Amino acid sequence: MEYDIVIIGAGPAGLGAAVEAYEKGVRNILIIERDSYPGGILQQCIHNGFGLIEFKEELSGPEYAERFIEKVRKYGINMMLNTMVLNISSDKIVKAVNQENGVMEIKAKAIILAMGCRERPRGAISIPGTRPAGIFTAGTAQRYVNMEGYMPGKEIVILGSGDIGLIMARRFTLEGATVKAVVELMPYSSGLTRNIVQCLDDFGIPLLLSHTVIEIRGKERVEGVTIAQVDENKKPILSTAKYISCDTLILSVGLIPENELSKSAGIMLDPVTGGPLVNESMETNVEGIFACGNVLQVHDLVDNVTKEARLAADSAVKYINKMLIKEGRHIDVKAGSGIRYVVPQMVNYENIDDKVKFHMRPTDVYKNAYITVKSGDKQIIRKKMQRLTPGEMILIDVPKDKFLSDDLSPVGEITFEVEVV
Amino acid sequence: MYDVIIIGGGVVGSSIARELSKYDIKVLLIEKEDDVASGGASKANSAILHAGYDPVPGTLKAKLNVRGNEMFDELCKDLDVPMKRVGSLVAAFSQDEVESLYKLYDRGLKNGVKNISIISADMVKEIEPNINDTIVAALYAKTAGIICPYGFVIALAENAAQNGVEFVFNQEVISIDKEDDVFTVKTQDKEYFGKYIVNAAGLYADVINNMVNDKRFSIHPRKGEYLILDKEEGYLANTVIFQVPTKMGKGILVSPTVDGNLLIGPTSEDIYNKEFRKTTYKGLEKAIKGAKKSVEKFNERKTITQFTGVRAVPDVDGEDFIIGESDVKGFINVAGIESPGFTSSPAIAEMVGEILKDAGLNMVEKDNFNPKRKPVIRFNELTDEERNELIKKNPAYGKIICRCETVTEGEIIDAIRRPVGAKSIDGVKRRVRAGMGRCQGGFCSPRVLEILSRELNADPLNVTKFGGRSNVLTAKAKEYLINSYKELLKSGV
Ligand SMILES: Cc1cc2nc3c(=O)[nH]c(=O)nc-3n(C[C@H](O)[C@H](O)[C@H](O)COP(=O)(O)OP(=O)(O)OC[C@H]3O[C@@H](n4cnc5c(N)ncnc54)[C@H](O)[C@@H]3O)c2cc1C
Ligand SMILES: Cc1cc2nc3c(=O)[nH]c(=O)nc-3n(C[C@H](O)[C@H](O)[C@H](O)COP(=O)(O)OP(=O)(O)OC[C@H]3O[C@@H](n4cnc5c(N)ncnc54)[C@H](O)[C@@H]3O)c2cc1C
Repeated sequence: MEYDIVIIGAGPAGLGAAVEAYEKGVRNILIIERDSYPGGILQQCIHNGFGLIEFKEELSGPEYAERFIEKVRKYGINMMLNTMVLNISSDKIVKAVNQENGVMEIKAKAIILAMGCRERPRGAISIPGTRPAGIFTAGTAQRYVNMEGYMPGKEIVILGSGDIGLIMARRFTLEGATVKAVVELMPYSSGLTRNIVQCLDDFGIPLLLSHTVIEIRGKERVEGVTIAQVDENKKPILSTAKYISCDTLILSVGLIPENELSKSAGIMLDPVTGGPLVNESMETNVEGIFACGNVLQVHDLVDNVTKEARLAADSAVKYINKMLIKEGRHIDVKAGSGIRYVVPQMVNYENIDDKVKFHMRPTDVYKNAYITVKSGDKQIIRKKMQRLTPGEMILIDVPKDKFLSDDLSPVGEITFEVEVV
Repeated sequence: MYDVIIIGGGVVGSSIARELSKYDIKVLLIEKEDDVASGGASKANSAILHAGYDPVPGTLKAKLNVRGNEMFDELCKDLDVPMKRVGSLVAAFSQDEVESLYKLYDRGLKNGVKNISIISADMVKEIEPNINDTIVAALYAKTAGIICPYGFVIALAENAAQNGVEFVFNQEVISIDKEDDVFTVKTQDKEYFGKYIVNAAGLYADVINNMVNDKRFSIHPRKGEYLILDKEEGYLANTVIFQVPTKMGKGILVSPTVDGNLLIGPTSEDIYNKEFRKTTYKGLEKAIKGAKKSVEKFNERKTITQFTGVRAVPDVDGEDFIIGESDVKGFINVAGIESPGFTSSPAIAEMVGEILKDAGLNMVEKDNFNPKRKPVIRFNELTDEERNELIKKNPAYGKIICRCETVTEGEIIDAIRRPVGAKSIDGVKRRVRAGMGRCQGGFCSPRVLEILSRELNADPLNVTKFGGRSNVLTAKAKEYLINSYKELLKSGV
């Protein structure tokens, strides 16, 4: 089997990339998805709030996905469902398996990685205690409630205030369960402000900042958890320990891009994002392999995933048409003070159309701050921000001419910083 | 009426079951949990096949350890269980500690341990490049190995069942009576009759003994906490790295697991309640600190899970295993089986066979005993050609359920349908590793639950994590709402 473009994952990133590549004229496209239905994580997100930017409408997750699935169907793009990619090689051979075809090798001119992300489990945060039933990640609980029609518990404590945790707090409440508290280690929530208001405040669910769970109790089923306040070093202050009885603990403690496959192809990962290092074209260090969506960096809005997917697909199309320039002048992108990471991590000046969109997250909560972009000592952009929080991704466009120094040659590196006034 | 009733389905009970399945006798094993290797020490331990230089010469521990260790090659081959003779090091980080190495070395010689030697720091470094530079010397024992502990117990049980031993689960023995040479063993909802009883109840062997024997003993729990690190950290140890032992045990070790993870632990702490099997901040910190004494480089933030094992320490003199017929004829204790109990288990089983024979049980060998357990297919370990052939025969092997460990639906169905099959999420996990990877079941557990419910013909609400009341789900969606409306209506609002 041979394809021009093979896309791994049929979430919004993979679907968006397929539609874009088709519209840019490529016909020989294959999407591989391990699930029995396309749509990715959106299939279990039955709340609304998707598509405000893309469609100027408030859609549910499945509705948002459906708009792309319809197009994929209409265009007749090949999609292999129930098929799991086992590994990919640096010369772009994709090994996948399903029940009908067994193990197959598929050759691709270009690959787009769109595998999404997974949730961090309990072990990763090492909560001591017993190991009973009743501990779930928020996404697993969401799948049970929204797709399988079962409740994982009745009296619930949620650890972590990421968006999925917040949304599940509301969902559980609407299902007649009681959410006793949302416990957050950091002094701020890692979820979107609108979700804190709509999912917690509106239902009177307490959010305990700078708190954590220090022990899980219960032999067969969770019977309760002990929580405590933490100090500046995030160490629990034992004198503040408090027991909460509950039958379920939900973990919403972060997502990790799903890059086992990328590693098999020799793709270099950013230790901060957990996703591949990419350039302005969303191309990884392995030529012809591109990445977009949550596999690249964890997004909070699906609309941004779609945008990124279009860019990755555009670049893949250019790549197979030999229009992507490999040589040329490279600009390093750096995260300066107050910024945790920036994607893309490098820019090839020759490939910029008119601007580059940078995604980043601040390290902390800042009010009335500026995002500044510097090249050397020279400030090239300064943008006023109302409020910065690690829970909300920042997008900054840098126009092509800003990458030029006084002598009109491209700069060597640019740095993003938070400037507090 | 059974010839022998074994109480307890840990490694000891299961080894004995398998040993007795060689003979033409009727054997029953009763276990209070929903699976073998699920309730006790056999699930949660260091998973080391000890070479045999630790126990005091002349003790049962010494004899059975060395004999047991030797038996594992053939057993693991017959039973299709992964085991690796990686060797062990007892690392000395000061001159004082070197003294202790010589003591252990002497013991090893007296106990008949083969292939042991004391090696220099340079040689240690060659074997273990990541051991701390302060290393002075080490006792190197080539016969030490690592094994999948629950995997071994499950395999023993399957093979025993295949050869005719009966198993009952979820039945806790609550009383034993003897009348006219017949024991009546009562559980919460049934009665079983047997001529001989083998008490292999681990931490609760005292309770079982004290149900029939005037000569009582008691067993104290001593807890050990562990961390398991991601496979990325697995490269840090090639052998089992012990430290010089103290009164409380063999100290904290750093070891590879058969699956390529890194294991760290155990701590050692006397506890007062046998059920206090929890990890604690303090304990885990201690384990990490202790392990850093041997290998500094590991990153504890790469922990994927943590667990606790509880040792069964008997209160009798001599610090040895308690194995033998008690004052009550036909009642055989196999109690106080602390480390190296796992390693010793096949030898313990042989010994129990002898004891039963001496006690008058007529043991005629079967002519159709099959020592081999049907191999388990592990998709992950096959070549692509083998995979394709398999999928053609059974398409369920073409569907990946656990993505971290690449486990297929075919393997999960096999785990459920085998003799002594899996009945819960953890049962599946222990048999095929679904849910043991870095996402710890976040992705596959709903799918495993679905397969279990289908295969066992059970309502999803009744599927458990590990039996008992460990149900995963608590209600159908909307049930709580409907119930609360009903309440409201009743109260006339
Ligand atoms: C629970 C949750 C709630 C959210 N809520 C909102 C919201 O309210 N509003 C909003 O705008 N955004 C929301 N988001 C964000 C947005 O939906 C996600 O960022 C977006 O779905 C990510 O898309 P993706 O295609 O990158 O990943 P995914 O949707 O995760 O898709 C990845 C796909 O790849 C497949 N795959 C992975 N590995 C393989 C393999 N080896 N072989 C074959 N297939 C593979 C997976 O099965 C999956 O279908 C939410 C996200 C989550 C997780
Ligand atoms: C922390 C730790 C580390 C260890 N490391 C090693 C090692 O590296 N190498 C080694 O060789 N050994 C090691 N050991 C020792 C080894 O694990 C034990 O010796 C061995 O597992 C004991 O097996 P068992 O079958 O006697 O007990 P268990 O595995 O505890 O089995 C007893 C069974 O009896 C059942 N039971 C109890 N009461 C009843 C009842 N009333 N009715 C029905 N069933 C009942 C229990 O549910 C349980 O399944 C270690 C032990 C611990 C705790």
